[in-house]
Amino acid sequence: MLLNNKLKKTLLAAGTAAALTWSSLSLAADDTIKVGVLHSLSGTMAISETTLKDTMLMLIDEQNKKGGVLGKKLEAVVVDPASNWPLFAEKARDLIEKDKVAVTFGCWTSVSRKSVLPVFEEKNSLLFYPVQYEGEESSKNVFYTGAAPNQQAIPAVDYLMKDLEVKRWVLAGTDYVYPRTTNKILEAYLKSKGVDEKDIMINYTPFGHSDWQSIVADIKKFGSEGKKTAVVSTINGDANVPFYKELGNQGITAETIPVVAFSVGEEELSGIDTKPLVGHLAAWNYFMSVDTPANAEFIKKWHEFIKSDKRVTNDPMEAHYLGFNLWVKAVEKAGTTDTDKVEQAMIGLEFPNLTGGTAKVLPNHHLTKPVLIGEIQENGQFEVVSKTPEVAGDAWSDFLPDSKPLVADWTGKETDGKPCGNYNTETKKCSGQKYE
Amino acid sequence: MSASKLIQLGAFFLGCLLLLSSVQAETSPTWTQATALFKQASFDKTREAVDLLATSHEPQAQQLLQALLDGQLYQHKQTDALALLSDKDPLDLSTGQALGTVNKDDYRKVPINNTLRKYLRSKIGGLSLANPDPKVRLAATTGLLETITPEMLPQLQELASKESDQAVKDALQLGIHLASLSATDKPTQLAAIQALDGNLNPLVRNKLNPLSTNADPEIAKAAQASLRSIENKVSLNASIETLFFGLSLGSVLVLAAIGLAITFGVMGVINMAHGELIMLGAYTTYFIQKLLPNYLDYSLILAIPAAFMVSGLMGILIERTVIRHLYGRPLETLLATFGISLILQQLVRTLVSPQNVPVSNPSWMSGSLEINSVLSITYNRLYIIAFTLLVFAILSYLLRKTKLGLQVRAVSQNRAMARAMGVRSARVDALTFGLGSGIAGVAGVALSQLTNVGPNLGQSYIIDSFMVVVFGGVGNLWGTLVAGLSLGVINKFLEPWAGAVLAKILVLVFIILFIQKRPRGLFPQKGRAAGD
Repeated sequence: MLLNNKLKKTLLAAGTAAALTWSSLSLAADDTIKVGVLHSLSGTMAISETTLKDTMLMLIDEQNKKGGVLGKKLEAVVVDPASNWPLFAEKARDLIEKDKVAVTFGCWTSVSRKSVLPVFEEKNSLLFYPVQYEGEESSKNVFYTGAAPNQQAIPAVDYLMKDLEVKRWVLAGTDYVYPRTTNKILEAYLKSKGVDEKDIMINYTPFGHSDWQSIVADIKKFGSEGKKTAVVSTINGDANVPFYKELGNQGITAETIPVVAFSVGEEELSGIDTKPLVGHLAAWNYFMSVDTPANAEFIKKWHEFIKSDKRVTNDPMEAHYLGFNLWVKAVEKAGTTDTDKVEQAMIGLEFPNLTGGTAKVLPNHHLTKPVLIGEIQENGQFEVVSKTPEVAGDAWSDFLPDSKPLVADWTGKETDGKPCGNYNTETKKCSGQKYE
Repeated sequence: MSASKLIQLGAFFLGCLLLLSSVQAETSPTWTQATALFKQASFDKTREAVDLLATSHEPQAQQLLQALLDGQLYQHKQTDALALLSDKDPLDLSTGQALGTVNKDDYRKVPINNTLRKYLRSKIGGLSLANPDPKVRLAATTGLLETITPEMLPQLQELASKESDQAVKDALQLGIHLASLSATDKPTQLAAIQALDGNLNPLVRNKLNPLSTNADPEIAKAAQASLRSIENKVSLNASIETLFFGLSLGSVLVLAAIGLAITFGVMGVINMAHGELIMLGAYTTYFIQKLLPNYLDYSLILAIPAAFMVSGLMGILIERTVIRHLYGRPLETLLATFGISLILQQLVRTLVSPQNVPVSNPSWMSGSLEINSVLSITYNRLYIIAFTLLVFAILSYLLRKTKLGLQVRAVSQNRAMARAMGVRSARVDALTFGLGSGIAGVAGVALSQLTNVGPNLGQSYIIDSFMVVVFGGVGNLWGTLVAGLSLGVINKFLEPWAGAVLAKILVLVFIILFIQKRPRGLFPQKGRAAGD
């Protein structure tokens, strides 16, 4: 009986304590601004996306140390959409409806972005998308902090054309929307520069392709006709390793036929045998090897946060860094986290990027970014061989006939006063969000 | 100490100082200028420095250029001294003396890009045409061929007359013919076209192409004829190459499927974890390479028995704990082994890493065997074809000529009868499953040389493996071999005109149609047991 009483008391005490914590928690919750983090922590994309989740936690932690935003602490709400595209939409809905997040940072693949887009538009919430993508999109509810094709693919091709005097082009990619759209734009661009149809070879392979013998042999044949040849690669993920290995085995070096890749960064190079890749190129808006005080500081903080100085930084991480800091600035400028007000406050804001320039938010929800071309080194880092000044991101490519007349302007200045993401300058009509 | 001695000593020190300063003064103005140019760390300035050094007669110039090309040229952050830092002894390039131990942090690497590398190669090539090593001479001559002009003819002829090495002589001869193609007098040109007939070097085609539309009909005709015969040869070589690619893809399929041919074909167990057993073999290779980082060339050989043991034991464990309770219930086996495959994948993800792990190729598996200018065969594929045939031969021998093989065949044909004859069927089951799994592990060693080693490795091969076994005829090793190789060849012959994605789909459609016609595959099992 005595024992029982004791037990009761303990239980009661525990219960009260629990209730107290609960109320203090919910009290705290009212006092915080919630930030959604929508990155896959399992499945095929986990390799790349987990790093971005950690980046967001680091940025939020840092902001809280500075006193938060509008006098409130930030609270990260991390969910795992498990590399499952429809699940992205469900998790996004949960974040907005249940957790009432003020803003969400997330997605990697284009298909996941397309999947959550209707949710963010329906619920009128903000998404920051940090990865280079194929363009042809501008939503009022999305800020594209990664590169549009004119901030990565086209400057890379320009570099090859001018500096390396490339005359023949192999466009090789994995078979999905980003490479297909990018290659369509590049093909049109090359033709506009006077490249002949028979000097362009286009090739698509399935995800995770590992038998590259015939394709590499084709590239070799294509490149042996006396004109300088280069490969523009939108090959995605780990299919790159056997691709470069096969190039090496068949005797193709970066000097004979250079490969410029848009999906190979520091993260992808860490932990693979880089020997066959040395000298090949990649185009990004950020490289870890860029020597600026801001970048050194960022890398130092990252190593401290992740508790390992072996981890690398990469381009999408910088995109999140820019996106997050710009959002903080916008919220402070607007004095609220209300979507519409923050969205308008964002446009025109500037923030120094890590490689020494300035990122400015454009009316089409893209950023200005410098384009860097780097050569892969044996240690998995890039040696910058070319750097452009900041390039303004273009939502609708000027090299596709269908999207040439389209402009995006969420201030309404260029679009007849009404904010519009796809205003047709020829018909003077905003064709609405669902324009295909 | 007397005054005179002091003076002597002083003079000695003074002499030493003078000597030292004279050593310092030995760095010529060209060298100092180049050093200053390198310091600016701009590619244009580096190129200027390369020009300066290549035309100078500095004793260390060639060594410096080579170091720059290899990415081993470093400059001291304070003194600007140029040094060669490699895995071996560091070298001060201005004096050519060893530096002893240096702190790499004091140095800054001189940056280099592809344009510069190419430029450097041509510069070094010019310097090394007279190199005593025939390999260096050959490389220099081959580099020269691309930029050949008729003005170089006398020089080439002189070199060719003095050359003793046959390969270099051939290369020089080719250069002479190529240069004569652009000559101005017709007989020389015609003779060169004649001499180059059937030469597969792409440079020849590129030079002949403009000549085939030459204003002189005789030259044009000769060039066209020559081009045609070259094209014929090229397309013949291309077919051989495609056949080789097909056989190599096929041998990979056979290797992945042959273990399954035993567990599924002979025992009738649908083992969805087969791919993960391959993956375990690949990871074994990774761990052995990690254990023996200094014996990269041999660790792969060692990995073969190790992977066989690891996967084989894992197979026996699976058989003893799960599969033996499910014999005769194919659906349950399928589900259970699918579960095991997920468990094994997650195990690797948790214990090793969710990322791919790096497996290096030993030096003898890199590169290719050049048969002629348009046909070269990569060593790694060649070894894997040979390896597949070896594994197949050993396995056939095991099943046909040994006691275990006899028991395996007996149990698979008629379990009850075999047991009545005193065969311990449970033991045979475990050993057979272990054998099939072990072979999967060995396949993993081979695959680790071709593709990424990661937790998902197995998944990408399981479908293909079942496809090969079903196509070849369940329970028949020869069927698996023929099916794997022919699927590989069909795939590779389709690929050039259908693309990699469509070729794969077409092969699948073909198999579906084939199975409709012949449900038992290419080589159906015959006999009473087969009629179950």
